Amino acid sequence: MLNRDEDILQAAETWQKEGHGVALATVVETWGSAPRPAGSSLVINDDGTFLGSVSGGCVEGAVVTEALDVIASGQPKMLEFGVADETAWNVGLSCGGTIRVFVEKVG
Amino acid sequence: MKLEILKELNAERAARRPVIIVTDTANGDQRLVKAADIAADPLRAELAKQLRMGKSGNVEVGTRKLFLNVYAPTAKLVIIGAVHISQALAPLARSLDYDVTVVDPRTAFASPERFPDVPLVAEWPDVALPPLNVDHYTAFVAVTHDPKIDDPALLHAFDRDCFYIGALGSRKTHAKRAERLRAQGARDSDIARIHAPIGLDIGAVSPSEIAVAIMAEITAQLRLPPKEKEEAA
Repeated sequence: MLNRDEDILQAAETWQKEGHGVALATVVETWGSAPRPAGSSLVINDDGTFLGSVSGGCVEGAVVTEALDVIASGQPKMLEFGVADETAWNVGLSCGGTIRVFVEKVG
Repeated sequence: MKLEILKELNAERAARRPVIIVTDTANGDQRLVKAADIAADPLRAELAKQLRMGKSGNVEVGTRKLFLNVYAPTAKLVIIGAVHISQALAPLARSLDYDVTVVDPRTAFASPERFPDVPLVAEWPDVALPPLNVDHYTAFVAVTHDPKIDDPALLHAFDRDCFYIGALGSRKTHAKRAERLRAQGARDSDIARIHAPIGLDIGAVSPSEIAVAIMAEITAQLRLPPKEKEEAA
């Protein structure tokens, strides 16, 4: 109730209507001092334009890259980012937390 | 997310009605649950809890892991009376993320000098309140101590089903207020919804302490499950 969501979901709908491929990335789980709580989201279109945030800016670049794949394939993906997790991702959260981000295509 | 779900989500959000999106994160299966439909949902206990906390989170149902993403409207606080308590209450409520509006037809009270950065409406409730779209996600506080201002405002709050209604005044003052409101058509069930004397009983003395007591009571009303709420009241 007390979350001030910028209207990125409206932007996702508008992009979709304009004929863009659109993906929605949502923080679904956090551990430690994650910068954004579960439910925070980022919307991405096929130009690579994005709005919102899933972290303090640390991992958005990697999420956008993955989102472009999801737009192309239509298959949802679960991403995990954290300082301790260096095998899968070469970007980490400077705050020391870990987050899981669910990326899905819109439409 | 299917486009129909996104459209419905945006429409509900625009109407300030809470929605929960349930996603099976293993395969992307998704459905939208409107607040009004929670009671009939198989996941009603989990959905109701997350909604009450205004918090998104995961639940396990059998072998499935589901993410419940809660979209709840920003709570509003409407304060009737630009009095000393309100000067403490408005900034406190804003720090708790409420959208705050102060209403008082007395321009000497409702002045920007006394309320910097707070939306002020220096009009009588009948003019001030309709455009504010007071709804269920609104806490409504009447603190002018003047029946001409507080009473019509409270009648408006009853109509709009505010989740919290509080009014300043002792038990004696409140008994008289209840009589006046009944005479104007309020039902006993409406009167029973008014928290009066206002605020949790924490021995508050100063305007700032009274503001803390009021926000504590509003928070309890917002967050506690119904049974514990009765015990706190």
